[in-house]
Amino acid sequence: MSKGIVTVDGLQMQYGEVQVLHEVSFEARAGEVLTLLGPNGAGKSTTIEILEGFRLRSAGRVEVLGTDPAEADESWRARVGIVLQSWRDHGNWRVGELLQHLGSYYTPYATAGVVRPWPTGELLAAVGLAESADHKIRTLSGGQRRRLDVAIGIVGRPELLFLDEPTTGFDPEARREFHELVGRLATEYGTTILLTTHDLDEASRLADRIMILTSGRIVAVGTPSELTTAIAGEDEVRWSVGGQGFRKRTADSTEFVRGLFAQYGEELRELEVRRASLEDTYLALVRGQEVAA
Amino acid sequence: MTPRSAAIRAGWRRGLIELRQSFMNGPELVSHFLWPALTLAALFFLRHRDFGSSGLLLGALALPSILGMNAAMGMVAMSQQLTGDREDGTLLRAKATPHGMLGYLIGKVVSVAGSLLVDLLIVLIPGLIIVGGLAVDAAGWFTLIWVLLLGLIATLPIGAVLGSVFTTARAQGLIQLPMLGFIAISGIFYPLTALPTWLEWIGQLTPIYWMGLGMRSALLPDEAVVVEVTQSWRHLETAGVLGLWAVAGLLLAPIVLRRMARRESGSAVADRRERALRSAVR
Repeated sequence: MSKGIVTVDGLQMQYGEVQVLHEVSFEARAGEVLTLLGPNGAGKSTTIEILEGFRLRSAGRVEVLGTDPAEADESWRARVGIVLQSWRDHGNWRVGELLQHLGSYYTPYATAGVVRPWPTGELLAAVGLAESADHKIRTLSGGQRRRLDVAIGIVGRPELLFLDEPTTGFDPEARREFHELVGRLATEYGTTILLTTHDLDEASRLADRIMILTSGRIVAVGTPSELTTAIAGEDEVRWSVGGQGFRKRTADSTEFVRGLFAQYGEELRELEVRRASLEDTYLALVRGQEVAA
Repeated sequence: MTPRSAAIRAGWRRGLIELRQSFMNGPELVSHFLWPALTLAALFFLRHRDFGSSGLLLGALALPSILGMNAAMGMVAMSQQLTGDREDGTLLRAKATPHGMLGYLIGKVVSVAGSLLVDLLIVLIPGLIIVGGLAVDAAGWFTLIWVLLLGLIATLPIGAVLGSVFTTARAQGLIQLPMLGFIAISGIFYPLTALPTWLEWIGQLTPIYWMGLGMRSALLPDEAVVVEVTQSWRHLETAGVLGLWAVAGLLLAPIVLRRMARRESGSAVADRRERALRSAVR
């Protein structure tokens, strides 16, 4: 299970004079949900497009499912699912019809163990579009449309699924349903998922591991809780003495509070300690990077 | 079943589905039937008018020419659909599917060619009834079929090339202008011999002229040949020129299409969408 599904080593990307990715290296392991988190313009989409085989890199080594995506053939294509945010295609087609059609390209890739393509009815039910099977695609709402895109992305039962900013423009309910769907894909079907997002909440909800990318560099990698503790996010301590309120940011809040008691004893009131959140960590990282750059 | 043959079958079905769709939605139905209806109405009123002193009827002369022109316009349809499909992500979807581009192209050829054939019948069948002066025998039908097939092989790949080179819907609009120019000088509405010699030459470079000529030779009585250049149906030349266009198109199209497909990515689609939205707002 420890076999690398995606291996990226020293990946660089340059558009003219502009260096978009600097020596990016990471690995995705089988069955995990790996999130590429970062602000807009950090290089997330460029990275994922290189892995999808849609863009040629400037330098570095990239392997996806054991193959360099720049030289991958159609049978590699059959093992990878892709969901983009800007698809508006096939508006005149009916939902079930398109799924059936696109699925038929995967028929020859069926194996004894894996049925390919995913039967249309079953798949529509899995993404919650069973009632929309006969609807024209242009009549779908934004959330339904995206769930159809996911259905198309997984119709060939890919080993690896790319999701690029999957919930942009979703209302909270659609977003929640979508998160549940992604979670099911990973746990029930063992699909390895690589997704990009600029939404921290989404990343921490979905990801087994998060990679934070800013200005073309990976600045942190870890599980959501690892990230929070490993990086010196500062806790916030509030208290009051003699009716006057104070506030202090500190990396070691326990030690600081011990000092407060020693100093003020009984006079110390309204003590409050807020642990660094993942959001603070993320913002600290992104800001630090911007200053450094 | 190999992946390739699965894609070929999927492409064929894709073409039929798109063809059915184009006859099942309002705007496209209008374009399938409105233009033929207007064309037939015009021909109906022209049916008794003579062309010069030749004794030929203008309506009879124009009908086959128009059929030839419509078939040649498959080039424009192909080009526009390719551009549209690139803008909305259809092409990228094909690229993300194993052998999807193969299926896509087969589907496109089937749907564009199929739609042209149906349109042709929509004009031809009533045209044969209401416009007098046409004469079709077995040899005529044979000519009609080979000119049409060769003409499609000559024009559709060129259309695909145009669609790959001109990337936006607006640029596609610009293609229409020279296309109208070529139609004007291609002997569709008036025999080429009525034009100045240099225009006559330019007109004869286009596949539109030769498809029109081929249709006239198939559908008109033999006497009508007198208004043509060199007073001959020039079947050999028709096959030659259309064949040259076909070879050029078939050589060029895969190269240009592959180049275009290689450049497709999610951000390319998103960029175009953004540009389109911006210019729509302005």
